[in-house]
Amino acid sequence: MINIVYRLKSPKFFEESIDEVELDGVIVRPTHLSICQADQRYYQGSRPANILDEKLPMAIIHEAIGEVVFDSEGNLKSGDRVVMIPNTPFGEDVYSPNYSYNSKFRGSGFDGFTSDLINLSPDRVVKIPDDFNLNVSAFIELISVAYQGISKFKQMAITPKDKLGVWGDGNLGFITTLLLKDLFPESKVMVFGKHQENLNLFSFADEIYRIHDVDDDVVVDHAFECVGSSASQSAIEQIIDIINPQGTINLFGVSEYPVPINTRMVLEKGLTIQGNSRSDRVDFVGVVETLKQNPQLFEHLEKLITNVCEINSLSDLKEAFDKDYISKFGKTILKWNI
Amino acid sequence: MIFAAILAGGIGSRMGGTDTPKQFLELGSKPVIIHTIEKFVINDNIDEIIVLTPKNFINHTNHLIDKYIPNHKNIVVIEGGKTRNDTIMNSISYIEENHGIDEESIIITHDSVRPFLTHRIIEDNIEAAKKYGACDTVIPATDTIVESINAETIESIPVRDYYYQGQTPQSFNIKKLFNLINSLTEEESNILTDACKIFVLKDEDVHLVEGEVTNIKITYPYDLKLANTILEDIHD
Repeated sequence: MINIVYRLKSPKFFEESIDEVELDGVIVRPTHLSICQADQRYYQGSRPANILDEKLPMAIIHEAIGEVVFDSEGNLKSGDRVVMIPNTPFGEDVYSPNYSYNSKFRGSGFDGFTSDLINLSPDRVVKIPDDFNLNVSAFIELISVAYQGISKFKQMAITPKDKLGVWGDGNLGFITTLLLKDLFPESKVMVFGKHQENLNLFSFADEIYRIHDVDDDVVVDHAFECVGSSASQSAIEQIIDIINPQGTINLFGVSEYPVPINTRMVLEKGLTIQGNSRSDRVDFVGVVETLKQNPQLFEHLEKLITNVCEINSLSDLKEAFDKDYISKFGKTILKWNI
Repeated sequence: MIFAAILAGGIGSRMGGTDTPKQFLELGSKPVIIHTIEKFVINDNIDEIIVLTPKNFINHTNHLIDKYIPNHKNIVVIEGGKTRNDTIMNSISYIEENHGIDEESIIITHDSVRPFLTHRIIEDNIEAAKKYGACDTVIPATDTIVESINAETIESIPVRDYYYQGQTPQSFNIKKLFNLINSLTEEESNILTDACKIFVLKDEDVHLVEGEVTNIKITYPYDLKLANTILEDIHD
């Protein structure tokens, strides 16, 4: 079947294109999409030129939900709402699919979700209940990244988890804090950020600190870095300073540049640094279950939504990206009507 | 019920030096008509797909459907008519004989040579046909429209904002369409090449559904070549 795909041809320029898809697996019509920083970096052209040359044209956006149109195996009904998993493993591997060389990621290694229809293998969709908030569900993928990192942290941390520190007052910091509060109700979750107006929204956190105003006696057992870019350096430096010995540092923030780390103190304190990127089916299922069990989380997550844009044309899509770019905080949701 | 009529009656006189009607030429890995039918096969709202072809292509079309859409159900291939409206009437007669015509049923009529149709357009057609009784898929005209009666000089240049280019699907309440076609005089029948025009002539509203620039009709060899080139580019 012919499918119409809306690809980013070059920075700030989308075009319609055609692709051929097979009538097997699950075919989904995207309904709600969400813009991620990674999409914005392609759109703005802030990735290195050789990367842009290699990857574009490509449909971007890897956070989305949709409605099942067709399932060749008949397990899902037409109209079922599903969240789509962008990470797509190819072949067997000893590594987790989200870290495997054999996996491709939508909106990075191949076309993302801006198209008329999406063809996925049955294990790349997870059904969501009808009563889920659809705008929040659009960014379940982002929530699953935090969930994935926290699951790994659970397996790795050997010291007490009384004080958990989250660095970063952006979307991922917000979500990580919220999930930690839910998954570790006995722990004290402390947020370290720069922007007071963002920090004010973290009402569910136990303690909030401005990064330039942290007393000498403040300590954490484990840390979650959700800062990224060049600011990662100062965040990691502060984490190493105040983390207790044998703690874990869970890195989530993406930086285009190499970040120097004070390895002397990492050695001295016996710290473990764990990298986190993307997620896989088990994390999506975990997030959907968590949201089912704790519907009150939607109320908090809804606070992250700063723009909801109706997308009826490629110029609407462009406008939504521009709007998202000037929003300092929060998520831009695209209601996909093209 | 919701029916889709895939109009494949044309013999493609503009397609150049090929004897095969354009709907049977290959686009990517399958014939054009198969791509078009697949768009309706995946739509669960559609109860039956009626493919209308020239008589000598009925068997061929059936073979293609069996080959490319092996587990299909609710696809039937019947003979089209001489004109577009005759072909649509054949599909309505088929529906009348096999299902009867009720007040609610609608028919989505679509050119077999428009395989780039989107799922969204089909959904919008269903909604509009149910709600308004008739709809046409259009895109705003981008070129200036020039009217000339004698093919030598300009008669007028209408305001472009009011003009649209017609695509398909065109979708209708079947009973309404059936009654309107039957009410036409012979003279009217001869000039009405487009089903929507019948509604307009009889003062019935036809709702506009937004099409897509990509929803082109494969008319000339160039169209097919271009589409195949784009597909090959992606698969490289």
